[in-house]
Order: sequence, then structure tokens, then C-alpha cells
Amino acid sequence: MDLSLSDEQKQLQDAAERFVRDKYAFENRRKIAATEKGWLPENWAQMAELGWLGMSFKEEDGGYGGGPIETMIVMEQFGKGLVLEPFLPTVVLGGGMIAAVGSAAQKEALLAPMIEGKKQFAFAWLERQSRYNLADVSLKATKEGSGWSLSGHKGVVYNAASADQIIVLARTAGSAREEKGLTLFVVDGNAKGLSRRDYPTQDSLRASELTFDKVSVGADAVLGTVDGAFPVAEDAVDRAIVALCAEATGCMDAVNAATLEYIKTRKQFGVPIGKFQVLQHRMVDCFTNAQEARSMTLMASLKIEDKDPVVRHKAASGAKVQIGKSGKFCGQSAVQMHGGMGVTDELSVSHYFKRLTMIDLMFGTQQHHLTRYSNLAMAA
Amino acid sequence: MDLAFTAEEQKFADEVRAFVKANLPADVRDKVKNGKHLGRDDYMRWQQALGKKGWLVYTWPKKYGGPGFTPAQRYIFENVCAEEYAPGIIPFGTKMVGPVIYTFGSEEQKQKYLPAIRESTVWWCQGYSEPGSGSDLASLRTKAEKQGDHYIVNGSKTWNTMGHWADWIFCLVRTDSKAKPQEGISFLLIDMKTPGITVKPIIMADGGHEVNEVFFDNVKVPVANLVGKENEGWTCAKFLLANERLGIAAVPQSKRGVEALKDIARAEQDNGKPLIENPGFAEKIADLEIQVTALEFTELRVLSQMAQGGQPGPEVSGLKIRGSEIQQRITELTMEAVGEYAAPYLPGLLWHGSNEEPVGPEYAHLAAPRYFNTRKTTIYGGSNEIQKGIISKMVLGL
Ligand SMILES: Cc1cc2nc3c(=O)[nH]c(=O)nc-3n(C[C@H](O)[C@H](O)[C@H](O)COP(=O)(O)OP(=O)(O)OC[C@H]3O[C@@H](n4cnc5c(N)ncnc54)[C@H](O)[C@@H]3O)c2cc1C
Ligand SMILES: Cc1cc2nc3c(=O)[nH]c(=O)nc-3n(C[C@H](O)[C@H](O)[C@H](O)COP(=O)(O)OP(=O)(O)OC[C@H]3O[C@@H](n4cnc5c(N)ncnc54)[C@H](O)[C@@H]3O)c2cc1C
Repeated sequence: MDLSLSDEQKQLQDAAERFVRDKYAFENRRKIAATEKGWLPENWAQMAELGWLGMSFKEEDGGYGGGPIETMIVMEQFGKGLVLEPFLPTVVLGGGMIAAVGSAAQKEALLAPMIEGKKQFAFAWLERQSRYNLADVSLKATKEGSGWSLSGHKGVVYNAASADQIIVLARTAGSAREEKGLTLFVVDGNAKGLSRRDYPTQDSLRASELTFDKVSVGADAVLGTVDGAFPVAEDAVDRAIVALCAEATGCMDAVNAATLEYIKTRKQFGVPIGKFQVLQHRMVDCFTNAQEARSMTLMASLKIEDKDPVVRHKAASGAKVQIGKSGKFCGQSAVQMHGGMGVTDELSVSHYFKRLTMIDLMFGTQQHHLTRYSNLAMAA
Repeated sequence: MDLAFTAEEQKFADEVRAFVKANLPADVRDKVKNGKHLGRDDYMRWQQALGKKGWLVYTWPKKYGGPGFTPAQRYIFENVCAEEYAPGIIPFGTKMVGPVIYTFGSEEQKQKYLPAIRESTVWWCQGYSEPGSGSDLASLRTKAEKQGDHYIVNGSKTWNTMGHWADWIFCLVRTDSKAKPQEGISFLLIDMKTPGITVKPIIMADGGHEVNEVFFDNVKVPVANLVGKENEGWTCAKFLLANERLGIAAVPQSKRGVEALKDIARAEQDNGKPLIENPGFAEKIADLEIQVTALEFTELRVLSQMAQGGQPGPEVSGLKIRGSEIQQRITELTMEAVGEYAAPYLPGLLWHGSNEEPVGPEYAHLAAPRYFNTRKTTIYGGSNEIQKGIISKMVLGL
């Protein structure tokens, strides 16, 4: 056993740290968030150039042979800077699913250009009623000649407006909430019959509501097997969860550091407020929480490619529970210890708090994953 | 001891309900019901209706134009108003400066200021905190120097809630910089239209504008606007803070919040069933409801002590702590109920009254901003850490 980073991984960490330092000073981030796309093409190009878009894929798929640890390393730094480029929907989710079950033709047409920074993706799974049940899908795909016709609605699809292709989880058979009968389709972002309502999110990302009105796709748009998408989507979401956990770890480190600095310098009653024991202990709990979050993220990153699906699912859910708990504690504590300043838009603290809050809500809250974990653990 | 209302109290409850139904403007009710933000005029219309009835200053004694409610009537009034979706009464005039003026003010001041507070024709705001003086309020530095029959005020206040809507501000100012911090402070009433006052917005984490910085640059304030004696403003300040903390518990609003949360949990789907049927989530709501009940009965006990005569004591700090935490918990669970649909941020709909369609149900886009915003309740009115300090010192003798 060895839990230390290799020299290459250390270099990757340094490079990601440098990227965040150079591009994501807080006021800079505010400017990036206000641009039309909400992220910067030049940053995306740089990520491609640095090899980050391909690092976690196998060499035979055009990648550089890394894996979840590499993803963890960059995501953690992205969390520190609250990076806005759509790495998660494009690389982790979209790229991940194409690499997992895509045909050779799909890998060539989609994955290779994605690695070069020339294509972005979004993953449309959520519907109004689905909450965190990936199988609660009612968007229908029906056979139409040799291809398919998609009709229905998808919600809160991150990066849909920038995506060249949207990967859509659709029902091709079975009844509501049945795991069998789901199929993934690759749909062009500008397909006929697909309409979007775009909006910013609480944490300055971009998402959309999508309406599919008889969107026609060919047989080659099917990603993986017809009716067999559930486990593919589940694994993709688990990988995304682990990546999010790494991002959250970065957020917690940054917000803890900012709070520590604040309580050392803010004076009331003639002393730095960090002299008050209630704040000292709360700060200690913040650091302990961040340590636990880091540990669970590492555990999950190491287990997320295990052969046993139960091990993978438990790893993702366990980490998500920890991140939900720790993220809430660190975020709320940071705001509280900043006093009035904590609830303003002006300081970065509230922005880390918002991101940590949204991470808890994404792909299942603490409560959802506690239930999932307990079902998996007690069954085994 | 009897928990049930007497026939007379029941009659009073019916009277309040009928009044609210007849006088609360429908659009204001609708906004409160749907958790939307209210404008100055929304508050004013409702408060003026209450003012006409003589109920706006429902905590005041008869002597100063209040209705002289018993604790039971007060409880009924607050609860019925909340149940009928009336907006919360803005406390700056009615619960803060008004009682200070009738307790410490001169006869002329009572004549001049109290009617406008009772009728809600003047909007007051609170000028206590400064950038360097939050928890340590007594360290405040905004200076007032006497020149003839005026004070010349210089300095800045911050976190001024709704100061951009205010006609008047009550301020703590330093009139003696050599005395001990608490002994050189005075309580001044200042017309916001006085030359030299600048109000600058502070944008909150939810994107909204509710607080401000207020700058004073050689602002001339008549000496007649001093309440109580010069350098004895700290007495007024403390008296006011105790009143402020009582209001902060917001029990009726929290009861309404729990009901609204249940409605959302009934409307939201979870595995094809209403979310409220999810045992884990239902238990969280149950736990919250128990917390609200404990708070409600604590407040009832405090009210009943006050009915025996006497001001709210340090036990009021406990109400503020729990009340604020419960308000936060309600917003937290509401956001959790909404799930991923809490993510869309729709500033037009949220802040500018645009008529764009919400994303998902109307309540969804309000959930996260409300959660972010409500973090303030454990910070303002004396942070919860400060409240705990007060209880440990005053109640437990530590
Ligand atoms: C089961 C057991 C086994 C032990 N074994 C050994 C042993 O083998 N050898 C040995 O030498 N000792 C041993 N101890 C003693 C142990 O180290 C002491 O109990 C411990 O250091 C606390 O001291 P105390 O009991 O005097 O409590 P106190 O020091 O009086 O503390 C009482 C409470 O006050 C709190 N407190 C004290 N100071 C502060 C502060 N500055 N800030 C905040 N809170 C504070 C403490 O956290 C505690 O909650 C043992 C104790 C126990 C219970
Ligand atoms: C939304 C909002 C509205 C407000 N409205 C008004 C208003 O209308 N008028 C007005 O005058 N003020 C208003 N305030 C100001 C409010 O009263 C102060 O924010 C509050 O007193 C805390 O002061 P601070 O923000 O300077 O924080 P600080 O005093 O700097 O506190 C920072 C942290 O240190 C902790 N701390 C400080 N001292 C101690 C101690 N001795 N022991 C332990 N912990 C300590 C605090 O609890 C807090 O967690 C408002 C504030 C907010 C957020």
C-alpha cells in the first residue's frame, strides 16, 4: 500500500494549483461568471493543452492513461478556485460514459475531439419528478424507421447551452422507475425539435431546462445497448460524485483558510476574535471535518473502479454523505465566524458556501446517500 | 393553569381574523404566502391598516396609545396574523425606538414621534453597528460634537437594514471619547434627509439589497433629538436590545414555515410517492416541529412572567438562539425538499418582480436564496455566540 502521489501526479497538482492561482483570483472569477457562456474558451483550450481533458482515459481511447486519482487532483484545485469551466459534465460524465460503452466510431467522433478541447458535453438525466432516482425517467424514445424519436422533458442540465452533444437518458421500454428499459442517446445540441431554457445557477454555473419535441436521431446515436443504460448511468454518476467530493474538499480547504485568516485579524473587544475559545473549537471542528472529507474522497477515488459494483456504489455514497456533512459544517461555520461579512456577496466565503450547498444537492443529498449506503451495507 | 382560550379570548381571535381578512391587501397576502419579497409600500399599506385600528403597536401600554393586550391576546394576535399571511411588522419603529422614546424621551419627543410610529407614516431604521463595532458595540466611534444647539455627527454605520427606505434613523453616537466605552455614548434621532448623509447598498449572498452602509459627513442634528441624557445612551441601547431579542424568536412565522415545508414535501415526488412519505425526511420535519413547540412554550412562559410585571430578562437570549436556529433549519429542509431544482437562480423573478415563468414550481427558486439569506439570523441582533456569553454570565454566573 502507498497513498502518496507519484512524481507525475505531483506535477499535475502543481500545474492545477498554478492554473487556479493565475486564472481564478476571486474578482477574476466574478468576471468569468458574467461572460455570456459563463466560462472562458481560452481556459478550456489551456486545459486541453495541459492534457487534463484526456488524462483519465485509457491510451487506446486517445487518453493519457490516468484515472480517478488524476481527476481527484485537478477537481480539488478547481474547488479551491471555484472554477467554472465545465469539466464535470464534459469530461467526467460525458467523456466517462463514451469511454465506458461507446463504439469505436463514437470514441473517434466524440471522445478524441473532446480530449483536444473541441467538443463539450452535457448529461440530461433529471426530470421534474425524479429527485435522485436515476431510473425515474419518463422522457420517451420510440422507434422511428431505423432510428429513434425522443419526446419529453429534462431539467437542470448543466452545461447544456455550451454542449455540442447532449447525452440523454431516455425510456425505451418498461414502466416508470423500472431500471430496465433505459437507453442513452447522443443528441446534437442544436437538434431540430430540441428547445432550451437557459439560466444561471445559485453557484454561478449554467444549466437549462430541455424540451424534446419529436427529436429524431439515427440508430448510431445509441450509446451502449438499448434498454441497458441504467448501470452505465449509475456508474457515471458515481464517478461524478467522487469528482464532486474532490471539488468539495478543495472548497472546504479554501473556505477554512479564509476563515482562519479572518479570525486571526478581525478584532472585537480589543483582541482578534480567534482568541475566543468557542471560535477556536469551531475552527478546529472545521479542520477535522475537512480532513474526514479528504479521507473519504481518497477512499472513494481508490475504490471507484473496483470490479464489484457494491464496492463502487458504497464508496461513492459513503463519500457523498461525508462531503454533505462536512461541507455544510464548514460552509455554515465560515459564514457564522465572519459575522455580517459572511452573508455578503462581496467576500468569497459566501460563494464557497453556496457551492458547497449545491454540491450536497447534486446527485443526491446526504440523506439520500445515507439511505443508499445503508441499503447496500445491510444487504451485504 | 389552562391552555384553552377563554370564551373572551376566542372572541378576540375571531375579531383579529376578521380584521386581517378584511384589511390585508390581497397582493400582499399573496406575496407572503408564496414567500416572495415585499417592497416598502407593501409593508406600509398593511402597517397603516393596523395603525388605524390601533393594533400596530400591539406591545405598547395603553398610556402611550397601545391596545394594552394581555399576554394571551398578544399571542393570539401574532399567531392569527401569521396564519393569515400578514407580513411581519417592521420592528425599528414599533418595537425598538418607540418604547425607547416613551421610556426615556421627553414629553415633546413623545408628542412628536409616537403618533407617526403608531400610524406607520414614518419608516425608522437602526444605526448601531459600525464596521469596527459589531459584537463589541460599545466600541463604536461615530462622533457627535456639540456646537450650540446642534450636534455635528461624523462617522459611519453599517448593516443598516432597509435604511434605503427609511425616513429616520436612531443612532448610537460617541459624545465623550475620554469616558469608559459604555459611558460616552448617546442616543440620537436623525432625519435621513439631513445634508451629509449618504446611503450605500451592501449586496447580500442571495443577490438582494436589504442592508446598507450609512455615512455621516458633518451632519447637523438638533440637540432636541437627543433621547435621555447625554452619555447615557447605553441604557437605552441595552433596553432596546432586550426588546429586539424577544421579537427575533419569530415563533408564529416558524410555525407557518413548518406548515409551508409540509406542503412542499407533499407536492414533491420521491420514487413516485410524495416526499413527505419518505420516513427519513418525515422524521426531520417531525423533529423540527418538536423544536418549534419547545420554543413556543418557552416564549409563552416568558410572556407569562412578563404579565406578572417586569421587563424581559436574560432568559430572552435563549429564545433568540433557538428561534434563529429553527428559522435556519426550516429553510435548510425546504431547500432539501426541493432538491436539484433549488439550483436555478432567477434574479428577475426573485428581485425585480419580472413575470418570467419559474423553473419548476414557484417555491423552488426561492428555497436556496432564503437558506443563504437566513444565515443572518444567528449573526444579527447580537450573534448567538454573544447571546450564549450573556446567558453564561447573567444566568449561570460564570
Ligand atoms: C479512565 C481514565 C483513565 C486515566 N488514566 C490516566 C493515567 O493512566 N495516567 C494519568 O496520569 N492520568 C490518567 N487520567 C487522568 C486524565 O488525564 C485527566 O482526567 C484529564 O487530564 C482531565 O483532568 P481532570 O480529570 O482533572 O479534569 P479537569 O482538568 O478538571 O477538567 C474538567 C473539565 O474541564 C475542561 N477543561 C479544563 N481546562 C479547560 C480549558 N482550558 N479549556 C476548556 N475546557 C477545559 C475539561 O475538558 C473537562 O471537561 C485518566 C482519566 C480517566 C478518566
Ligand atoms: C442581515 C443583517 C442585518 C443587520 N441589521 C442591522 C441594523 O439594522 N442595524 C444595526 O445596527 N446592525 C445591524 N446588523 C449588524 C449586526 O448586529 C452585527 O452583524 C452583529 O452584531 C455581529 O457583528 P459583526 O458582523 O461585526 O461580527 P463580529 O462581531 O466581527 O463577529 C464575528 C464572529 O465572531 C464572534 N464573536 C465576536 N465576539 C465574540 C466573543 N466575545 N465571544 C465569542 N464569539 C465572538 C461572533 O459571534 C461572530 O461569529 C445586521 C447584520 C446583518 C447580517
